[in-house]
Amino acid sequence: MPGFAVFILHTLFPPDVLRPTEVGADVLIALSGGGIAYLLTTRRLWGRLWHGWITTVDHKRIGVMYLIAALVMLFRAGVDALMLRTDLALPGAHVIGAAQYNAVFTTHGTIMVFFMSMPFIFALMNAVVPLMIGARDVAFPRLNAMSLWLFVAGAMLLNVSFVVGGSPNAGWTAYAPLTELAFNPGPGQNFYFLALLIAGIGTTMTGVNFAVTILRMRAPGMTLLKMPMFVWSALATATLILFAFPPLTVALAMSLFDRLFGSSFFTMGHGGMAMMYVNLFWLFGHPEVYILVLPAFGVFSEVVATFSGKAVFGYRTMVLSIVAIMLLAYGTWVHHFFTMGAGPSVNVFFGLSTMLIAIPTGVKIFNWIFTMWGGHIRMTVAMLYQLAFIPTFVVGGATGVLLAAVPADYQLHNSYFLVAHFHNVLIGGTLFGLLSGLYYWWPKMFGRRLDERQGRVAFWLFFVGFWVTFAPQYLLGFMGMTRRMASYPLGLGWHPLNVVSTVGAFVMGAGFLALVYNIAHSLLHGEVDTTGDPWNGRTLEWALASPAPAYNFARIPVVRARDAFWHMKRDGRTLAALRREDLRDLPMARNSPVPFLMGTAFFVLGFGMVFAWWPIAALGGAGIAACLAASTAEPDDEAVLDSHTVAVIEAAAGRLEA
Amino acid sequence: MKTSRFAISRLRDVPSALAPGRGVPAGAGSSDPYVLWRPAGPVAAGELHLLLLAGLAMAAFIVPVLLLYAYVVARYRDRPGHRAPTLPRWRKNAWLESLGFVLPALLLAVVAVPTVRLTYALAKVPTRPRPLVVDVTSLDWKWLFEYPAQGIATVNYVDIPADRPVLFELTANSPMNTFWVPRLGGMEYTMPGRVLPLWLEADRTGTFWGHSGQFSGLAFDAMFFDVRAVRPGAFRRWVAATRAHSPALTLAGYRSLLHAGLAPAERFAAFPARTFPAVRHGFTLRGGMYTTMRPASPAGHSAS
Repeated sequence: MPGFAVFILHTLFPPDVLRPTEVGADVLIALSGGGIAYLLTTRRLWGRLWHGWITTVDHKRIGVMYLIAALVMLFRAGVDALMLRTDLALPGAHVIGAAQYNAVFTTHGTIMVFFMSMPFIFALMNAVVPLMIGARDVAFPRLNAMSLWLFVAGAMLLNVSFVVGGSPNAGWTAYAPLTELAFNPGPGQNFYFLALLIAGIGTTMTGVNFAVTILRMRAPGMTLLKMPMFVWSALATATLILFAFPPLTVALAMSLFDRLFGSSFFTMGHGGMAMMYVNLFWLFGHPEVYILVLPAFGVFSEVVATFSGKAVFGYRTMVLSIVAIMLLAYGTWVHHFFTMGAGPSVNVFFGLSTMLIAIPTGVKIFNWIFTMWGGHIRMTVAMLYQLAFIPTFVVGGATGVLLAAVPADYQLHNSYFLVAHFHNVLIGGTLFGLLSGLYYWWPKMFGRRLDERQGRVAFWLFFVGFWVTFAPQYLLGFMGMTRRMASYPLGLGWHPLNVVSTVGAFVMGAGFLALVYNIAHSLLHGEVDTTGDPWNGRTLEWALASPAPAYNFARIPVVRARDAFWHMKRDGRTLAALRREDLRDLPMARNSPVPFLMGTAFFVLGFGMVFAWWPIAALGGAGIAACLAASTAEPDDEAVLDSHTVAVIEAAAGRLEA
Repeated sequence: MKTSRFAISRLRDVPSALAPGRGVPAGAGSSDPYVLWRPAGPVAAGELHLLLLAGLAMAAFIVPVLLLYAYVVARYRDRPGHRAPTLPRWRKNAWLESLGFVLPALLLAVVAVPTVRLTYALAKVPTRPRPLVVDVTSLDWKWLFEYPAQGIATVNYVDIPADRPVLFELTANSPMNTFWVPRLGGMEYTMPGRVLPLWLEADRTGTFWGHSGQFSGLAFDAMFFDVRAVRPGAFRRWVAATRAHSPALTLAGYRSLLHAGLAPAERFAAFPARTFPAVRHGFTLRGGMYTTMRPASPAGHSAS
């Protein structure tokens, strides 16, 4: 073989990362990729895939694609977690070894935060926010598709590192100077920086898109204080994204420059200042926590109101709390490094600002409980996640206050107490919230219900598994175990609780399998939702057929009160009885291949930069430029869906008066 | 990327040194694994006290909230024979909503006041008795302790006199770690180019294990060290014996410590000058000199 071929082969598949897991993954990817391609070809589905999904700008389909990505990523990062827990249950056996352990905990955290939670949130926001505010699409449909494909490019780039070139291995926070080339050679860490940079562009555009959509596209009569709580939380999240992602982008780009171009922003020598990376990262990182949890709060506010048969209690204080949390979120980031010697005054300031956040959060907890007071609580799976969330999140929030008490944090920082705390809020808050939303809005997204009995099995496995996994980790923190240890000495008494924690992790893994079975079974055999309103809902998305037609509303509703659909039903005015003469020609955004091609070009650019193969990077850059040019050249008029087609669609859904 | 592949293969040899059970710190002999509950000095005791207080305050929030929650769910659960009065239109109540503000605020005040006091208190090193100064440098993946007044140095363990405050001055000549001895008190980062102060004190003799709390690479999990607190007389004898019988740490020896890898516990009668960045001079990972070392933060030495 010629020398350069050997070089390329060794760079893409370095001998030291050709472990059984990696080779196995290579084989699986090849087999499943080939299988999917075969099915698509034999069933002649390529065209439908291209026209119906890849080029679509329909927010509902984009939501479905985000959801698929989120579940696949939940699987990947969940398997990572099981590898970590297996290794920790057998210390000294080196089940996966320190080098792989470090890579796997890095990808576990990075994927769970950026490539599982974020797309899951965007899935729900895309699926229902325009429906809830009575809009026909988001403000910028093509930008929305662009966000999706940039996210996919970033996610692919990060995941491909497992089998090509080597994984990043400096933790999801990637503190300098550990990410410096001298300490972290190889392309692995470049994958991390480029994947997050590319996905971050998409995320920022989503923030812009949803902020504008919510502020500008609400149905007539829906004032800000008549918006559903989930829309409020989506607005807060979009706003947080706008101001939180720039510092992340700066920190990532500077770190990447240190690695690729020999700059010294955060390096150990040459005047680099590693602590500034930490500052910039958490300036993003703390708002990010609320980017992740506020949408879950929004889901819970919808779910608890629907399944208690009551309006959410204290709506105005709920809104006030969300806004307060959103603002305070920017003023607490130093609590992630009280132990970096900032001095007592700085530490005290950030300790107290952190404690302040507990106040609006406490308000919300009380209001959820009072929403149930005097209601008829229906124990659906969506509601079970809500009921599990309250005690779980209360405990997670309380342990957060312990960490905010600065001197206590000196003892708990980076210990397993911290690990347990943030899983407590991110699983008990974000993941339970997202799963609750999944069960709640699934009929709206797919037109079928998820089987409740199977859903209950998955729920109990998740809930019990969660506590068995993380309660012991609080205790391990009191034993002085610190995070990210691939192995530990047996003499410290840490082993038994680690075994318990690992058992819990596998119970959660079983919960995931039950969830997948539930989804697969329900897609094929689930009860079809013919009413569009399976839960006796309160907000406008339930006024539509399930799934909603491409244009959402044949006629934009006029909103007169909060919980608009609830009042419509009470007054006997629903959207189900349309008259033919009310129907108009509807402008529709055109499908476009540009967003997908743009994502592909960004992937090529990122891949080239990871290996510093500049011709490939230049090719990607040229692709991006071409996409921008094509985007400008494309006609910006809208397609028109004529009123007869609308009538046919509405009649098929049984919503047209004869 | 060709050169970097070499570097990876070089580092691959490190974990083989991590045989099971290697590096079990001597301080692990104590039967109670809950080291945070067993403070062995005033700093750890103060921190534990605050932790317990905050824990109690939070319990005072959690317990009533969960009782209320359980009551509401049990009473208003939809089931056959549901007899609870329903209030479908009850959607706001200024008093109850302000309760949601006031209760957390009161409990947080209980935590906040001692938090502020202790944070400021811990930022002041006691001056009597005069603190012992130990300069700590974290390296890949080992700890170097230099005693500037005594002129001796140790690797991976540190002897201190009991009942006397010790001012640890922390820096790194490697990626960041944290210096943590759970039974003596909370942790602080070791960062290249900066010197952070941390004072601890042992109020009894004994061996207490310490560890890094910040991931720093391949063999980070081996970064245990022992702190041995001994009587003042024993400490003086130990210093004298070290000076008399141990080898000196040479510049070459220091450079070899800079190489990524593990090192056994050792002690040295002397250490080369200017290995600690307080003198604004240091070494790169490759054994050369920094051309421009950041000056140590002026606040670094005043225990800000």
